[in-house]
Amino acid sequence: MDFYFGLAQIIGVHTLLGLSAYIVLLTGQVSLAQAGFFAVGAYVAGMLTVIAGWAILPALAVSSLFGAVVACAVGFPALRVKGLMLVIATLAFGEAVRLFFFNFDYQVAKGGVKLGPLGGEGFRQIRYFPEHGWTTMDVMLFIWTLVALAMGLLWWFDRSRYGAVLRAVGEDELAAQSVGINLTAVKVSAMTIGGAIAGLGGGIYAHYTTHIEHASFGILLATFALAYPILGGLGSVFGTVVAAIFVQGFLVEGLRFLGDWRNLLFGALIVLAMNVRPKGFLDAPTLLWIRRLFGGRRGAA
Amino acid sequence: MALLELNGVSRHFGGVRAVDSLDLSVQQGQIFGLIGPNGSGKSTTVNVITGLFPPTSGSIVFDGRDFGTLPTHLRLGRGVARTFQNIRLFGQLTVWQNLWVAQNSPADRARRGFLSRWLGGQGGVRDEIVQLLEFSGLARKADELAANLAFGEQRRLELARALATRPKLVLLDEPAAGMNSEEIGLLRDRILKIREQGVTVLLVEHVMELVMGVTDRIAVLNFGQKIAEGTPAEIQADAAVRKAYLGGEAA
Repeated sequence: MDFYFGLAQIIGVHTLLGLSAYIVLLTGQVSLAQAGFFAVGAYVAGMLTVIAGWAILPALAVSSLFGAVVACAVGFPALRVKGLMLVIATLAFGEAVRLFFFNFDYQVAKGGVKLGPLGGEGFRQIRYFPEHGWTTMDVMLFIWTLVALAMGLLWWFDRSRYGAVLRAVGEDELAAQSVGINLTAVKVSAMTIGGAIAGLGGGIYAHYTTHIEHASFGILLATFALAYPILGGLGSVFGTVVAAIFVQGFLVEGLRFLGDWRNLLFGALIVLAMNVRPKGFLDAPTLLWIRRLFGGRRGAA
Repeated sequence: MALLELNGVSRHFGGVRAVDSLDLSVQQGQIFGLIGPNGSGKSTTVNVITGLFPPTSGSIVFDGRDFGTLPTHLRLGRGVARTFQNIRLFGQLTVWQNLWVAQNSPADRARRGFLSRWLGGQGGVRDEIVQLLEFSGLARKADELAANLAFGEQRRLELARALATRPKLVLLDEPAAGMNSEEIGLLRDRILKIREQGVTVLLVEHVMELVMGVTDRIAVLNFGQKIAEGTPAEIQADAAVRKAYLGGEAA
């Protein structure tokens, strides 16, 4: 059973990573910086529980805050460029963060052991969960509670005027400006919220793996962050969850029995999925169908 | 009182003088027509007024204050809304949402708190949107995606979206393009109703049937310069205008 709980943990954390890219994608911005915010969150939360001895929740709150602040600071200059230029700019930022942690040493002796980040060696012994007697199931439930909170928040945003404005900016910046929308404010706010969610996800990640290192936060993770919302569809936050389950549960774990062939099939299946569902798993017609199925009706007319 | 004044406004693209030292004065409550052949600088004028590109020289005074280098979204805050020549709706948003996202006027900001305006429900704004939908004949389409509307409906929605920003001046960039005679008649009524509500209209248009029937005053552009200005009757009688535009060579 622990295997499935562990898998659920991974899916939960990757859902947060995907959601952080989701809200940025709504404004039409493709950001490869989400893995960087995730890394910042991971190191911050880890140092707070291990070195400063904080409890997990305040540590995650601060890691989320750090993610938000860094994202906001990156957002202002980065969102002045568009399209491919933004991809390159955010990619550069992500690599800069990774290289920072590659060189970052901050170790403190505790009970005869040196703890803390040690450059290329990584940051070991982030053992808050085992030290406090949390079972795998406890951790899994804890993670999914936070995932549910983040999803609920984004779902609410999505249905509010803010969500409609994000999508309006994503569709046509010129028209959005012309109805009085401040593009910079909207894009930076989306980036900041995305940074907060990525910081939270990183903080959780550090604690369930207990060992983080710079190499985990590279371009591959940034690509995954983008893949979930795109694969799942930008119509709803639930698409990102479905995609995270599909990728982590089915493609990564479910196909493990294929050995080396898995990686080949992995790419092929993503290509296939995008061909069968070009607008994502949960595209607009599917969402409409689900809504009708539950008898829900939009509150407009 | 002049609501909008352009004083010697020029906009050059490299060597091309798209708009060349243009003076315009649009009075409060007027329906002002801006006509001219293709490429005469009409759309550029609209874009310069809304701040999409800064003028190369000259100044734009709106409601007694110079626009300077004010960005587009803040010009809207002062009361300038527009429609586009090639319709630019938010296609994947519903008709309702298209109007909802446009509620950024100072009045809207004053009425509701920050959180309520951005994250709150639709309760406080519902009546106005319903009114605009009825005005535009789109009441039954509120939940449709804008992209799925027919062409004429899209044009009406774009106008409604401009009005949702509570403008003092609305710039209509060729609103009658592609419309039949009946639709033009309805558009004419709608423009007159907008004026009744105290909104000044700057109408950029090719369709003379509409321009001559609805405007109080017309300026004619040719190669970025104003070649004539006057009432519709004066413009129709103007020899230079007839030569440049109205009657073509046949006149």
